[in-house]
Amino acid sequence: MIPELGQFALALALLLALVQGVLPILGAWRGNAALIAVARPAAAGQGIFVFTAMAILIHAFLHYDFSVAYVADNSNLALPWYYRITAVWGAHEGSMLLWVFILNIWSVALAAFSRHLPPAFVARVLGVLGLIGVGFLAFILFTSNPFLRELPMPADGGDLNPVLQDPGMTFHPPVLYMGYVGFSVAFAFSIAALLGGGMEQAWVRWARPWTNVAWAFLTLGIVAGSWWAYAELGWGGWWFWDPVENASFMPWLVGVALIHAQAVTEKRGSLPAWTVLLSLFAFSLSLLGTFLVRSGVLTSVHAFASDPRRGLYILGFLIVVIGGSLLLYAIRAPKVATGKPFAPLSRETGVMVANLLFTTAAAMVLLGTLFPLIGDALNLGRISVGPPYFGFLFVMLMAPAVLLLPFGPYLRWGRAEGRQLTAMAWRAGVAAVICAVVAAVFAQGHLRAIAGVAGAVWVGAGTLAYIVKRWREMPRGRRYPAEMAGMLVAHTGVAIFVIGVMLSESLSVERDVRLAPGQSQSIGGYDFRFDGVEETEGPNWRADEGIVTILRDGATVGTMHPQKRTYSRGQVQTESAIDAGLFRDIYVALGEPMDANDVQGAWALRLYHKPFVRWIWLGGLFMMAGGFLAACERRFRAKKIAAESTLEPKATPA
Amino acid sequence: MSRLLPLIGFLLLVGLFGFGIWWNTQHDQREIASPLIDKPAPAFALPVLGEPSRTVDKASLLGKPYFLNVFASWCIECVHEHPMLMTDMKRLGLPIVGFNYKDEPEAAMAWLSEHGDPFDVIVADRDGRAGIDFGVYAAPETFLIDAKGVIRYKRIGPITPEVIEKEIRPALAALAKEAP
Repeated sequence: MIPELGQFALALALLLALVQGVLPILGAWRGNAALIAVARPAAAGQGIFVFTAMAILIHAFLHYDFSVAYVADNSNLALPWYYRITAVWGAHEGSMLLWVFILNIWSVALAAFSRHLPPAFVARVLGVLGLIGVGFLAFILFTSNPFLRELPMPADGGDLNPVLQDPGMTFHPPVLYMGYVGFSVAFAFSIAALLGGGMEQAWVRWARPWTNVAWAFLTLGIVAGSWWAYAELGWGGWWFWDPVENASFMPWLVGVALIHAQAVTEKRGSLPAWTVLLSLFAFSLSLLGTFLVRSGVLTSVHAFASDPRRGLYILGFLIVVIGGSLLLYAIRAPKVATGKPFAPLSRETGVMVANLLFTTAAAMVLLGTLFPLIGDALNLGRISVGPPYFGFLFVMLMAPAVLLLPFGPYLRWGRAEGRQLTAMAWRAGVAAVICAVVAAVFAQGHLRAIAGVAGAVWVGAGTLAYIVKRWREMPRGRRYPAEMAGMLVAHTGVAIFVIGVMLSESLSVERDVRLAPGQSQSIGGYDFRFDGVEETEGPNWRADEGIVTILRDGATVGTMHPQKRTYSRGQVQTESAIDAGLFRDIYVALGEPMDANDVQGAWALRLYHKPFVRWIWLGGLFMMAGGFLAACERRFRAKKIAAESTLEPKATPA
Repeated sequence: MSRLLPLIGFLLLVGLFGFGIWWNTQHDQREIASPLIDKPAPAFALPVLGEPSRTVDKASLLGKPYFLNVFASWCIECVHEHPMLMTDMKRLGLPIVGFNYKDEPEAAMAWLSEHGDPFDVIVADRDGRAGIDFGVYAAPETFLIDAKGVIRYKRIGPITPEVIEKEIRPALAALAKEAP
């Protein structure tokens, strides 16, 4: 009975989404205040019913309701309660419900926190979000219903993929979707602005905090996914250029371009068409990612169930949403260049160059992801490109971005002075060279490590120099407004990330060894002593657990317990043990016994020493913090446009 | 006009995706001819399953044609294919090299003891890197490699009696004709 209520709730949500999508937009067009006023209640109503459906599905998982096919397929009696909740989004139907659920979180938040905006504008924004909701709710109800019954009811269910039984998985999909789906808000703002025709600066200001928050969530989601792959897949890698990873990375890259372009349009009125286009792209790429993952057009290690009917539906939806919005753009985009003029050497130019680099990078990732498909279309056979393609091109595109990044804050709007730039370049350049020389002594000819240190110090020192400059030149209280603080934190994150990537990629040591109890192996200055294997048990698995003692100069640093788990359904899963540190990770994965009958004998072990690998995620977390911080800018909450921007550097000598 | 460019670009993508969906419905993904056919098999040196200290490489297998069967304990289709390997394929008289793909050796050995072991030797490609060189797409796959180490035939998907009659026997006959 209860699962039917869930389905009923989804149907009601679909109807309310239709109301939310049609009436307010009509009202804003005809100037009908009553229809405009429908927007908020409709959004709240849709939210309530979607939340109800979600709660009912979670309830079914918690109460082992195996009469629901989706529950029976993805959970069983032995699965602990927290993984029964995450099993909700462990497969296709539930993750689509999660998509709509999060769309509704954003819609309800927007309805609640938009009192200071003109009602007609809010009506259009909520209307667009309503229409997106219609598309996804219909998709769930007609092709991917998680509430379908399976009768007779099985006594026990299947199993959640053991790879997904990890704390990282409780967290990664919702956060990633918060980012992905959050770009729908920036998209809706742009469509509302195009529909309204008043391509005023104000709407960009209103869209900025929402875009920043969505981007920050997306950053966190990608960081969590990368961390999960590192900890759980057991190969010690942190990024694989897999189609599903790329699907989340493309909107992120365009999102970077978007949050910078929005700053230009908001403050100077320049590039409005470009900002609109980027917000259309960011959300389009989110939808495209959904399509690529769900339609089965591309095969991927993520291996979601695919169905051509679903693929066709999403393709139709893409045509309506993306094609419609790009058509609207073609008709309504601002016809003339607006905004204040700017010189070739100015912050506007800097942002444009960065924008081009990031959108090109996104296009490169898209091309690489679609390569197998293009190969089929042109009858070249199934070609796929791997990490070498992505790695090479990505570094080529990002190296100039890293080089130009420290100049950004120093560039003044309109026209920049070369003098200040050269002063900064001297300081940061000298610091980078000194650190690179020091690094060269330690890194013993690892060119990538040296380049990484130089690049990171260049960005870090340039950013630091700007922090010091603001401290000296600005009065207390006006030094670091939230927006600027966010920018500085995120740029520092880039420096940290560069260190992490370049040092861990070039200095990591990986060894596959065979060790008998009592034997040790030395890697990266540490001795790994294998002390044998014990048996251990969890709620739905049993495991052989290795004991590896880490010693440095004879002193014990720690004991590690890598596991080889066998789940109750027979799947085998490696749980690597990681001793995390700020400057190095020690990573031990348990292989198999040399002699299957003698678990107390020698085992194959995989040992890693990964210097600075944690900085990759630390840098990502800094970028995320920067995004959230910038969204707190007080100016974004003001209704009026300030005459002078606070970000503009004063024309004082350095 | 330049305003229409994004839309035009998107419509091209739509065309590509539409094609992708159509292509997937028309083609069994297993029909793709491998670009590696009639090319030398990629060089590999992999540990023997259950005996990680011993490795088998391409050179040590030269001199006699053999089958290379990609399998894994996580692969559902492999269970269906396995009886064919145990009977009809063995009767063809060539050695069968097992290529244990992205698998936990423990699980692979348990799987083989349950379903039977038709292989003359089994190499373990745990991280799938050698699999990439072979263009492994999904298990099961079967390669026929001749005495000179050239890939002569590739089957993506399970072996069936029909495949043996219509594809593998003709490939073997072609091999026999070349032999001096």
